[in-house]
Amino acid sequence: MAHESHESNVGRIWKVFGILSVITIVEVILGIVKPHGLHFTNLFGMNLLNWIFIILTIWKAYYIMWAFMHLEGEKSSFRWTIVAPLAFLIVYLVAILLIEGDYIFEVFKNSTIKWNF
Amino acid sequence: MATTVTTSTEGKVWGGGNEPMGASYGKMMMWFFIVSDALTFSGFLAAYGFSRFKFIETWPVADEVFSHFPFMHGVNAPMYYVALMTFILIFSSVTMVLAVDAGHQMNKKKVTLYMFLTIIGGFIFLGSQAWEWKNFIKGEYGAVETHGGALLQFVDKSGKRVALADFASTTPEERVQHKRSNGLWFTDEGALPSFSVKQVVDGFKANENILIRSEKIDPATKHKIVLSREESLALIENSKYVVEGANLHRNEYGNKLFADFFFFITGFHGFHVFSGVVINIVIFFNVLLGTYERRGSYEMVEKVGLYWHFVDLVWVFVFTFFYLV
Repeated sequence: MAHESHESNVGRIWKVFGILSVITIVEVILGIVKPHGLHFTNLFGMNLLNWIFIILTIWKAYYIMWAFMHLEGEKSSFRWTIVAPLAFLIVYLVAILLIEGDYIFEVFKNSTIKWNF
Repeated sequence: MATTVTTSTEGKVWGGGNEPMGASYGKMMMWFFIVSDALTFSGFLAAYGFSRFKFIETWPVADEVFSHFPFMHGVNAPMYYVALMTFILIFSSVTMVLAVDAGHQMNKKKVTLYMFLTIIGGFIFLGSQAWEWKNFIKGEYGAVETHGGALLQFVDKSGKRVALADFASTTPEERVQHKRSNGLWFTDEGALPSFSVKQVVDGFKANENILIRSEKIDPATKHKIVLSREESLALIENSKYVVEGANLHRNEYGNKLFADFFFFITGFHGFHVFSGVVINIVIFFNVLLGTYERRGSYEMVEKVGLYWHFVDLVWVFVFTFFYLV
């Protein structure tokens, strides 16, 4: 195999565990407190609190993939093979579906069609 | 890998020292499987987002639905339990990566210990999820569905939720569940709810201080709109079903799709955790038997580790999009 003599990464593992825990705790606190200024301020059709949750989640995903799944030790060509298709396809899929969902919502809301008689 | 024998002359790609992109065959294929599985999960979560945006004004509020914690009955504890589940899974990811690390140093004892802890973590997570499902299916307050498909929940004057059992009339009624054995032989119905529609409606009319909470969210407060007593009395006449708990047809939390997505997405993730535990157990026994010691490499632990971390990764997203956002 490529790396025969491997130095231990235990310190790094526990550090990443700490970071992931802190992010999760921050998420839970924000989710329970729901600061008014964040919860009621919209940016691109979604409130700031939700944007913070999504950014924190992607941050966690980065640490899991880079440290735990050890992408940081792979060649950059291999990293791109994995991350690029995911990033592109997921953003594409989510954008299309959410725009479409919002469009249907407005059709129900503004036209004579009502789902709730 | 030691078991791969290259006989042809087409170079030494994967058979020998040359590994495309510096990854062994097994590791690369595990990664590509994970990429495709990640896209499957993204499809589910994006579909959830689609339905949520479509019903953005009436979607259930997650921290009202998931507010239970073990041994704390009646205490409103939103999110603590799922946060705990997240920690369990992150921690079992840590023990997994420690097992991989010990494998790099050919330390059989440590790999055994950490694999064992990872499996225990997986079982605890599965148990937690079963408990979560139990609460979700059983429900707490009950609700009424109208002819139009809207869901009516009940609150008192202060806005606190009221369970059907607290106000439904107890006038005895003869209503037998229709089974194949006592009715038409080719059809039957599900278990009857604890109260009939008439009992709920009568009880509602008799209790002056109970109001209906609609599904609609007030944009100014981001809480569900509570109707006045007059509006409530008019709307209760539309009742068609009594809904208790959740199943694939209807649920007491709100939009019908909510429970479907909950069962499907957390169920599919739980199935992944379950397969992960099974694979971990297989690898654990291989470690015990010394298979990888003889092979001279613990790379197999690394490969299942990738899968296990992926399961954790998916949970991080499910946690955000089901419980936080």
